Amino acid sequence: MEEIFSTVVIVGILTSAIRLATPYLFASIGETFSQLSGVLNLGVDGIMLMGAFAAFFVVLNTDNLWLGVLAALIVGLLMGLLMSVISVTLKAEQGISGIGLYMFGLGLSSLLFKVTVGTVKTVEGFQPIKIPVLGDIPIIGEIFFNHNVMVYMAFLLVPLAWWVLEKTTWGLRIKAAGQNPAAADSLGVNVNRVRYMSVCLGAMLAGLAGASLSIALVNLFQENLTAGMGFIAVALVYFGGWKPKGILGGALLFSTVSAFQLWVQVLGVNIPSDVAVMLPYLLTIVALAFTMNRAQQPASLNVPFQRGES
Amino acid sequence: MKNRLVIVFVLIALLAAACSGPAAPAQPAAPAQPAATQSVAAEKFRIAVVMPSAVTDMAFSQSMWSALKAVQTKMGGEAALELKYSEGMFKVPDAAAAIRDYASQGFDIVIAHGSQYGTSVQEIAPDFPDTTFAWGTDVNTFGLPNVYAYTAAAEEGGYVNGVLAALLTKSKKIGVTGPVEVGDAKTYIDGFVQGVAAVDPNINVSKTWTGSFSDVALMTEAAKTHIASGADALTGSSQSVVGSIGAAKDNGSVLWFGTQQDQASLAPNLVVASQQYDWRAMIEEMIKNHLSGKLGGDKFVLQLKNGGLQIIYNPGYSLPADVKKAGDTAIEGIKSGSITVNP
Repeated sequence: MEEIFSTVVIVGILTSAIRLATPYLFASIGETFSQLSGVLNLGVDGIMLMGAFAAFFVVLNTDNLWLGVLAALIVGLLMGLLMSVISVTLKAEQGISGIGLYMFGLGLSSLLFKVTVGTVKTVEGFQPIKIPVLGDIPIIGEIFFNHNVMVYMAFLLVPLAWWVLEKTTWGLRIKAAGQNPAAADSLGVNVNRVRYMSVCLGAMLAGLAGASLSIALVNLFQENLTAGMGFIAVALVYFGGWKPKGILGGALLFSTVSAFQLWVQVLGVNIPSDVAVMLPYLLTIVALAFTMNRAQQPASLNVPFQRGES
Repeated sequence: MKNRLVIVFVLIALLAAACSGPAAPAQPAAPAQPAATQSVAAEKFRIAVVMPSAVTDMAFSQSMWSALKAVQTKMGGEAALELKYSEGMFKVPDAAAAIRDYASQGFDIVIAHGSQYGTSVQEIAPDFPDTTFAWGTDVNTFGLPNVYAYTAAAEEGGYVNGVLAALLTKSKKIGVTGPVEVGDAKTYIDGFVQGVAAVDPNINVSKTWTGSFSDVALMTEAAKTHIASGADALTGSSQSVVGSIGAAKDNGSVLWFGTQQDQASLAPNLVVASQQYDWRAMIEEMIKNHLSGKLGGDKFVLQLKNGGLQIIYNPGYSLPADVKKAGDTAIEGIKSGSITVNP
């Protein structure tokens, strides 16, 4: 039982946690852009599946991992455009259209997989790269600096997203479109264009989230590969209070508890497996209840912009 | 307003008529069956199967589908045996609807390939007394004359894999990954643990359950966790094991033991052996029985002894001769009954 506090186990838990947080970071940060501009996109999981399939399919056929990443970005963009047309131009109810997009992505990715690949196959995904010098630091190096390139990308995205949202005019416009679109409009911001761009950016990141599963972490595709991760990613946006660093905290908390429960089982700690499996979800709900700050929610989230109405 | 209501009612009535339409001819079709059985040889035999996961899952569903295809080829192709399937039926109400549909379309045998479909079969089977229903994995036929139940003694192959793993592990640590502690996922692993203990009770077998049949990412991480804790041999059951095999493959030196389906193609250098479910003999017997008028009432258990379970050594892995011999001895022991494995 004291084994659980040994260095091997703690390093193991944290290394796993970093890996497990990767798809959530991509998807949640993407969703943050979309929501800050005023569009609730519940289709993240469907976009992830399409991105995962596209990346997997391209890598399977070309063995070129970066081409796979590109494919995921393009497919994400297309899915984002679809969501934008429905929810921004046609002003459909966002929650419903997002769920529709999810089901579309789930169905289409399964169908394409069945028709083009058929059976379960694995690919050679991105291999871990040890960062020179930093990777040699005992313990820290092992936990943080010995991962594949998509893991690094996900974590670098956090400060990058913060910088875009807080320090650039574009970030200001995004937030204005979501807070007070009428005021933004009167100041010459093209609200719908900003929303299009934010939703598409979010969807491209969701595509990357999918690719991080199919060509970096799991290295295969199967029907419903994401198993609902996209929805947890949406929850993490609320959890993180629409701030990249909040999302980072939420994603790491969730992934650390997931990794912890796996180690608890591996070490044979005597609790029922069902309880262990429940842990991450329980903890997330509890943390959500205590940390949730609704004041930060974009005021016009879920409200289509109509010029002349306010 | 009243006009609208009338229109709505008319529409509902039309819809209802349209829906009951296909069901109505199904009733007369049933009595017509005896005539069909007389000209057995000429008539095409029809089997439909409803499955929870995809037919290409490299595990449970695929084992049934490849068996059906093999039987079809043996019987003379599509002209002699028509096969239809519905896959991805994780939701039981959808599966129940599919089972009923196939039955009303006059399929001779409808297979409900999932233990979660039991209550649906129990409810539907009495409505179609001329159709054979088969479901598994379970042993309960509900006392109905047209229901077969089938199951696999997964613990037998688990035991053999356990013996092999115990002889091959160097770190004396073996990891097991599974979705939920039920059904043949559990019995396989129970057998595996007994097999390991029979060789060396000091080997540490640790188990993780992810709580989900579909969360491949977590299953992969579970396997990586085992590897990080020092395990050098892994096994697991159910559909999402492919993720674990991926993790083993990435590591490059961890051995894998498969079940349900020959999984060697997923990691040709690392898969030592797989327990293959072979449903062919069972399907052939059900067809034979159906044609002679016996529609159900029995249970089938896949065993090593009756050929329903087979241990397939991966030719791509060079298994030491003495280890293979120990595996074969275990197989023979289970067949002859000198080794008993508790499910």
